[in-house]
Amino acid sequence: MDSLGLLWDGFQAAFTPMNLMYAAIGVLLGTFVGVLPGIGPAMAIALLLPVTYGLEPVPAFIMFAGIYYGGMYGGSTTSILLNTPGESASVMTALEGNKMARAGRAAQALATAAIGSFVAGTIGTILVALFAPALADVAVDIGAPSYFAIMVLALVMTAAVLGSSRLRGFIALFLGLTIGLVGLDLNTGQPRLSFGVPQLADRLDIVVVAVGIFALGEALWVAAHLRRRPLDVIPVGRPWMGRSDWRRSWGPWLRGTAYGFPFGAIPAGGAEIPTFLSYVTERKLARTDEFGKGAIEGVAGPEAANNASAAGMFVPMLALGLPVTATASVMLAAMQGYGIQPGPQLMTDQSDLVWTLLASLLIGNALLLVLNLPLAPLWAKLLRIPRPQLYAGILFFACLGAYTSNLDPFDIALLLVFGLLGVMMRRFGLPVLPLILGVILGPIMETKLREALTISGGDLSTLWSEPLAVVVYIVIALLLVVPPLLRRTRPGLDERMHEVIDERDDKELVER
Amino acid sequence: MTSRPRRTRNRRPGTARWSLVLALVLTAWLSAGCGVTRGDEGNDMTMMIPNSPGGGYDQTGRAAVSVLERDKILDGSFEVTNVIGAGGSVAMTRLMNAEGDNHMMMTAGLGVVGSLYSFGVDYKLQDATPLAQLIEDQEGVLVPADSPYKTIDDFLAAWKKDPGGIAVGGGSSPGGPDHLFPMQLASAVGIDPRKVRYVSYDGGGPLTSALLGHKIKVGFSGVGEFEGQIEAGELRLLAVSGDERLTNDGVEDAPTLQESGVDLTFTNWRGVLAPPGISEERRQQLIGLLEEMHDSPEWQQALEDNGWIDAFKTGDEFTAFLEEQDARVADTLKELELL
Repeated sequence: MDSLGLLWDGFQAAFTPMNLMYAAIGVLLGTFVGVLPGIGPAMAIALLLPVTYGLEPVPAFIMFAGIYYGGMYGGSTTSILLNTPGESASVMTALEGNKMARAGRAAQALATAAIGSFVAGTIGTILVALFAPALADVAVDIGAPSYFAIMVLALVMTAAVLGSSRLRGFIALFLGLTIGLVGLDLNTGQPRLSFGVPQLADRLDIVVVAVGIFALGEALWVAAHLRRRPLDVIPVGRPWMGRSDWRRSWGPWLRGTAYGFPFGAIPAGGAEIPTFLSYVTERKLARTDEFGKGAIEGVAGPEAANNASAAGMFVPMLALGLPVTATASVMLAAMQGYGIQPGPQLMTDQSDLVWTLLASLLIGNALLLVLNLPLAPLWAKLLRIPRPQLYAGILFFACLGAYTSNLDPFDIALLLVFGLLGVMMRRFGLPVLPLILGVILGPIMETKLREALTISGGDLSTLWSEPLAVVVYIVIALLLVVPPLLRRTRPGLDERMHEVIDERDDKELVER
Repeated sequence: MTSRPRRTRNRRPGTARWSLVLALVLTAWLSAGCGVTRGDEGNDMTMMIPNSPGGGYDQTGRAAVSVLERDKILDGSFEVTNVIGAGGSVAMTRLMNAEGDNHMMMTAGLGVVGSLYSFGVDYKLQDATPLAQLIEDQEGVLVPADSPYKTIDDFLAAWKKDPGGIAVGGGSSPGGPDHLFPMQLASAVGIDPRKVRYVSYDGGGPLTSALLGHKIKVGFSGVGEFEGQIEAGELRLLAVSGDERLTNDGVEDAPTLQESGVDLTFTNWRGVLAPPGISEERRQQLIGLLEEMHDSPEWQQALEDNGWIDAFKTGDEFTAFLEEQDARVADTLKELELL
């Protein structure tokens, strides 16, 4: 009702020169932290906690919010330029983003990521401001069965990215699912595929797997072929987004936001699933055959989903006092440090703080765009570094990232193993995307299925006991039934499309 | 060969210089962060945290470090590292491998005891050098506000009637405090713990949403994290697990299990260990530091802010406590046939 009025008050509180400065510091730090692999926003805020004890709560939280959004955006920079995603949320961005960069369109990829982050972050924050309490009540009703249904939907959608050789696609997918099995079994605490190594007791970090397979695999592959194949020169592209880039980006931005925000708001939602769903949707909707070669839609969508989900996280955090991500729990811990009790009464008891925080999120988001958009063409110049040095730098950053997250040399060894796997996959023409999806989807799907079945005592009917789950199953049925029907009614058009797709996939395969 | 490699070589000096500068900056930054340059002579210390930032160990460990640093109790600086993995087993392994390292400490607790068993690591907390127990956190039995269970007796009666039919949950995986507590409670009231239908959630946040969304009927977890929800009337605290009632506002009415006629006292605790093989002198020195920290008003404030119970014991008393806890965890896991 008077949410807008409260938000206006929040803006007035946030718009002091000091607060703006803290927002700017936060955004810069966040971007920096996001660019460096291995240090996530949660770690950055935890490191900063002692520094902020001297500050008032408002500036401290403004800075934290800046770090959070900055980190979410910064992760995309390395994904696009170096094919080394800094966090799990930007794995999908690397797929098309890095292809764009190598086609000389790095500046456009970075720009669509920056603007998409801004659009999604702004819409998301406004949604939080207007609807947080109402959304929070709905979000807690979404349980394991609905989540499992969404996972099934995601799995059905992976069929679209298996590539032209179904066999190779499935091999990669099952490799990924197997990698996803590593770790302690959630229900019994028994180790699986951990070979007695304590470092393998937890699920493998998706970032280590992705960086190993994308970046290390790529670098080793290129190194192995340097003598035989001349390096393709990265063309120098235009520095700004053209009209067609804008036209192709705004749809994915909005769809990505629509995917990301609800996932951020539901407990344990995370950004991996919405970024993937956004990627596959854009791939399905694409009218050109650019996917796999650097389609801007494939960057715009996932990046928007990523940031919208970051905004969605504030729904349970502010409305219920529930941390659903590591970053949120560090922020709530910081609140306790100020003697503020997080909980459902936060929005009423600490309404000044909450509304100032929301206003500063919007400000931080705008600052992020202002700072990063002009930087995009500069970052893109990084790719002019001669290839051997560039790949050396990539290897260095990849290892640094694997090491700094836990200061454990074992993680570097793990990275190398996945790098070798990446080389082998390229050698035998196995597509990498299904593997990454297996690693992402497998564990979540298993957790949710087992959670649902434990609660119901093994009764399978629980899987369709929630309205959302039923809706999702209907969507899946439609996805499976409608395209074949369409094919029957309009055979000519669809076959032509399939030819295009097959051709495209074959080319992809050859390129690898 | 084309001329390309040569061109690359010509460019190398500039790039090399650039890379060198970058490498130097990064090394400087890293060594500043990791204390690589720390010699054995200095007073700087490392505090290992066995889980991720924001978790319970992290909050306790960082609170202790910030008091030690702010009050200049330690004449040097502290570095905090989160060594994540296997519920603390990875950090514990690293502590055991740092035999004789005078500059390391680790925050540990009940959860680490359980996870060492789950992962089949064959050393125990008491095999390192136990320094001090810092805090205790009571576990609570929580239900949503509109639950039919008004008192702990209501719940226990229903639970005894149909142990397998009531889904309960906690914020830790098997072997962790929120898992051990319901199992020991079941055992104490005569329910076969193997019949308990326990769902493990990834921490207090997801557990609360499961309770608020009526996915599970009862939750078991540290009370501190839920005070907000309890005060707002969204969750009801049926009982607490410790010796005495809590004194904070909003939770002082919840009875202890003992008051309700259940012979069980259960607390989650956290403390500090040093690596094995340090000298007795150094051990006393480190215990002295922690004692000084414990006596400071800042620490008392930190206890109050976080809703922790002061449960300070040091040296041999702490070692004996660790042995007792270890045996209890082993018993419970054996009863569950998880061991």
